[in-house]
Amino acid sequence: MNTKYTYTFIFLSILLLLCFLANISLGSVSVPTKEVFSSLLGISDNYIIQNYRLPKAITAILVGSGLGISGLLMQTLFRNPLAGPFVLGISSGASLGVALVILGSGLFGGVFATLLISKWSIVIAASLGSFLVLLAVLLVSSKVRDTMAILIIGLMFGSITAAVVSVLSYFSSAEQLQQYIFWGFGSLGNLSWNELFIFFCIYVFGIVLTIVSIKALNTFLLGENYAKSLGLNIKQSRLIIILATSLLAGTITAFAGPIAFIGLAIPHMTRQLFNTSNHKILLPAVFLFGAIVMLICDSIAQIPTSDYTLPINAITSLIGAPVVIWLLVRKRKMTF
Amino acid sequence: MKEKNKHIILKTENLSIGYKSKKDTSVIADNINIELNQGELIGLVGANGIGKSTLLRTLTSIQEPLDGNIHLNEKALENYSAIELAKTMSLVLTEQLMSKNLSVFELIALGRQPYTNWVGNLSDNDISIINKAIEQTNLSNLKHRKCLELSDGQLQKVMIARALAQDTNLIILDEPTTHLDMYHKAYILKLLQKLAKETNKTILFSSHEIDLAIQLCDTMVVMTNSQVISDSPCNLIEKSVFESLFPKDLISFDKKTGSFRVK
Repeated sequence: MNTKYTYTFIFLSILLLLCFLANISLGSVSVPTKEVFSSLLGISDNYIIQNYRLPKAITAILVGSGLGISGLLMQTLFRNPLAGPFVLGISSGASLGVALVILGSGLFGGVFATLLISKWSIVIAASLGSFLVLLAVLLVSSKVRDTMAILIIGLMFGSITAAVVSVLSYFSSAEQLQQYIFWGFGSLGNLSWNELFIFFCIYVFGIVLTIVSIKALNTFLLGENYAKSLGLNIKQSRLIIILATSLLAGTITAFAGPIAFIGLAIPHMTRQLFNTSNHKILLPAVFLFGAIVMLICDSIAQIPTSDYTLPINAITSLIGAPVVIWLLVRKRKMTF
Repeated sequence: MKEKNKHIILKTENLSIGYKSKKDTSVIADNINIELNQGELIGLVGANGIGKSTLLRTLTSIQEPLDGNIHLNEKALENYSAIELAKTMSLVLTEQLMSKNLSVFELIALGRQPYTNWVGNLSDNDISIINKAIEQTNLSNLKHRKCLELSDGQLQKVMIARALAQDTNLIILDEPTTHLDMYHKAYILKLLQKLAKETNKTILFSSHEIDLAIQLCDTMVVMTNSQVISDSPCNLIEKSVFESLFPKDLISFDKKTGSFRVK
């Protein structure tokens, strides 16, 4: 049954490898292709490749695939093609957590503040923030049957967050504001190998929870009452799916900032290309596709041979949104 | 096994259905005593708002009974685990599918969920049961089509095949003939009659197609304002039960033809 997808999967895997190599080869400092390969294989040492570009490329893969998958999970769970980490306020939750740490630290003052603003406190705050918002959305969604209402509630959480952030920024210093705004641009390049390792561990945990949920996700395609009649423990499956999403989206936002667009668009691109809703096919496809798109976006953001690096957040939307529009117009109808 | 032809699959005792809130309870119907036998096609009829859906929701354990007992295969319904129940009773509902971007085969295969492993891989046995369900519902030529390309009638057949693939003693369908044209209404109900005979499953459906149900069902459950009565269609006609279904100002029941006439 899956043979017709095999070639697409092989093609995407090769494309991922090529994008990965291209991403590492390109940058503000030009490194000869020969040296790129030799330092990747550990034959020679190139500081830029081994400690900057390689971790950045791996981060791009984790971020792209993780956001794509968490978007897919949300779209299936909430039965809504508009759902994604951002719409439901997971990322705004993370932003609020980070804002409280970076901007709010001024309110607590002095020594305490410098203690608070470490990389880890930002990561923890972002994860906690996203988890709490998702939990709130879930709580509300168990009371409200209407999925549209849930989305609006998610948007409301987003605006509450924005309001709290603007109140906090009013009382913050210029440096704190700058720090927060830079976090909001999104960045793939700031991770050390140690941080990347932690990121990777949580990511894997999120992916494992997702794989465990494949059967439940496919059952959800029938609708909730059918899922129940097939013996599915809906509450438990929901919780696992939401946990997976908040782990993936939360950690990614924590380490790389709120990356726009990927979570919403990658699942749609993948559905258009593979023309199925079967999660056994969609999940690996979204993984490959998200990673590829993220690597391409990051390569473009670097503006090869120039000294500038554009905010990754701008690139994902600039490149991605026209692609989604093109895909939908070409097929003339959306398959969900 | 054939001598167990009168084997009772589902039985209610003084069942009372309705809605309970903190303040008060509203009873929709009570004193319901029905028995559903193995291999029978049973039609549930009644006017709009009389409580057919509430009864089905109660029998399928979506909603709790107010009072009384429901026995499924001689075991109390409330003692079933979710998985056990999924292996005993399958449903065809009126709700829209969330996604129709699945092939007919994939959708029917979802009926095997209670039996498959943690990722939902299909064994050879699963596949042969799915293919049998596809054959029994004459869907072989649509097997690889997407559900979003199907007509309402075809989709209803797919949903019935999915319920068959779930391999249960009892299949319950909530208004399987709504949105269908006259031919397909008859086609679906005729298919259900054939399936009940061939597979020896008990099939209960609610419907507004009283004329068709009278011709095709082994037993009918009729809900009126005063009572819930179940019997063979012939006996029900003789007892003049259908006359009490609706207000008498517009339509009347013709005993000879077994159908309703506009006055």
